[in-house]
Amino acid sequence: MGEAIVITSGKGGVGKTTTTANLGTALALMDKKVCLIDTDIGLRNLDVVMGLENRIIFDIVDVINGRCKLKQALIQDKRFEYLSLLPAAQTSDKTAVTSEGMIKIVEELKQDYDYIIIDCPAGIEHGFQSAIAGADQAIVVTTPEHASVRDADRIIGLLEQEDMARPKLVINRIRNHMMQSGEMLDVDDIVQVLSIDLLGIVLDDDEVIKASNEGEPVAFQPNSKASIAYRNIARRILGETVPLQSLEDDKGFFKKVKKFFGMRS
Amino acid sequence: MQEKKQNVTIKGRQNGLTLLINDLCSFDEALAELKQVVESSRPNREDPIVSVNVELGNRYLTEKQKEQLKQIIHEGNRLAIDTIESNVITREEALKWKEESQVKAIHRIVRSGQVLEVTGDLLLIGDVNPGGMVVSTGDVYIMGNLRGTAHAGANGDRQAVIAAAYMKPSQLRIADYISRAPDYETTGVYMECGFISEKEDKIVIDRLQVLSHLRKDLSSFERRMQNG
Repeated sequence: MGEAIVITSGKGGVGKTTTTANLGTALALMDKKVCLIDTDIGLRNLDVVMGLENRIIFDIVDVINGRCKLKQALIQDKRFEYLSLLPAAQTSDKTAVTSEGMIKIVEELKQDYDYIIIDCPAGIEHGFQSAIAGADQAIVVTTPEHASVRDADRIIGLLEQEDMARPKLVINRIRNHMMQSGEMLDVDDIVQVLSIDLLGIVLDDDEVIKASNEGEPVAFQPNSKASIAYRNIARRILGETVPLQSLEDDKGFFKKVKKFFGMRS
Repeated sequence: MQEKKQNVTIKGRQNGLTLLINDLCSFDEALAELKQVVESSRPNREDPIVSVNVELGNRYLTEKQKEQLKQIIHEGNRLAIDTIESNVITREEALKWKEESQVKAIHRIVRSGQVLEVTGDLLLIGDVNPGGMVVSTGDVYIMGNLRGTAHAGANGDRQAVIAAAYMKPSQLRIADYISRAPDYETTGVYMECGFISEKEDKIVIDRLQVLSHLRKDLSSFERRMQNG
């Protein structure tokens, strides 16, 4: 029996889709059976990030309306046998996905997959409500900005009213030099305000943009910073204890010393 | 025949007249006698209006009965009822009273978009995040971080205070006063409280310790009772 995790943030553009794609990829790299669901009806792009756009035949609305079977709509990833994507509809109305429909789909997928990762649309309206309906757990993505932390807080408040495990936090797009100089919100500050468990932090990495443009999630790369971060998050989801390495290392005193001597870490 | 004991007694006091109504006779009896007493002393038009305090003893009056009472006293008289006092209240009123005079201890985080409203004093064990709001008719005490908005004395009690372990509010409101955080970035302060300074006619923030001088009656039951 699998576990359904919804990736949400409230605010748009903080990296929900990127996180979904990379967590899915990272979990698949660890030999887990993973299915990704894009619930952002009308603005689908998880398929683009995964590089699977040209394989879409049916979508989630077709499944809910009974135009096809769930298995027919699933797109198998080109790299992994057990990584699938259920794409969002591009043309349908936003209200086409209902909470009941989502619950049914997620329950069915749980039979075959270890992890079902749901990419939630921005906002707190219908799309959000139906996206979280089937989830057992939620991961809230935020960036170190006041606006996105504020929205994350709102979302956590809403999630706490739902019958699911306490949401976990991923802080995305951290720029080290800005955090060190205090121009950006500190990781500790964010965790203190939101007061939920921190699942991981992801540094702002040019590779992420490059990779998603190529349709190859960054998690495939062996040593880019963001890739390691996503794989660490995946390991934490699997129950491993992985220290917040990237932050500690980069914020540490030695890094500064190394930087001072012009050495690369 | 023995003369009947008077059920209605009038006494003159400093702040006006006091009407004592015997609590052992029936309400109708008392009303009838009151009517007699009042009618026997029709005042002149020029007389000043006298305020009346009605003391009921251990008698409970419903709202309707109170209306009747008022009508008789007001009718054609230069009398104005100031207070109606009774030693007894209903169970319902007592419970409500208790509810309003209690300090409500609540442990949770008030997140962005959430509003926590209580009657009486609020003791929040947790944070108020930016965009969140707490409202109480009495005081607000926060054992945590106040980063959002707090409104104390929401029904108009200007004596209400807002105290927090860590104070960095976006807005403080006490009764009808509002103060907001400055536009520049500030660091919060620890163990401080906000209250209305009459001298400055605005909300000021000071160390928690000043409360013991400023609001000596802070913890008194009587003050909390009034906040309901």
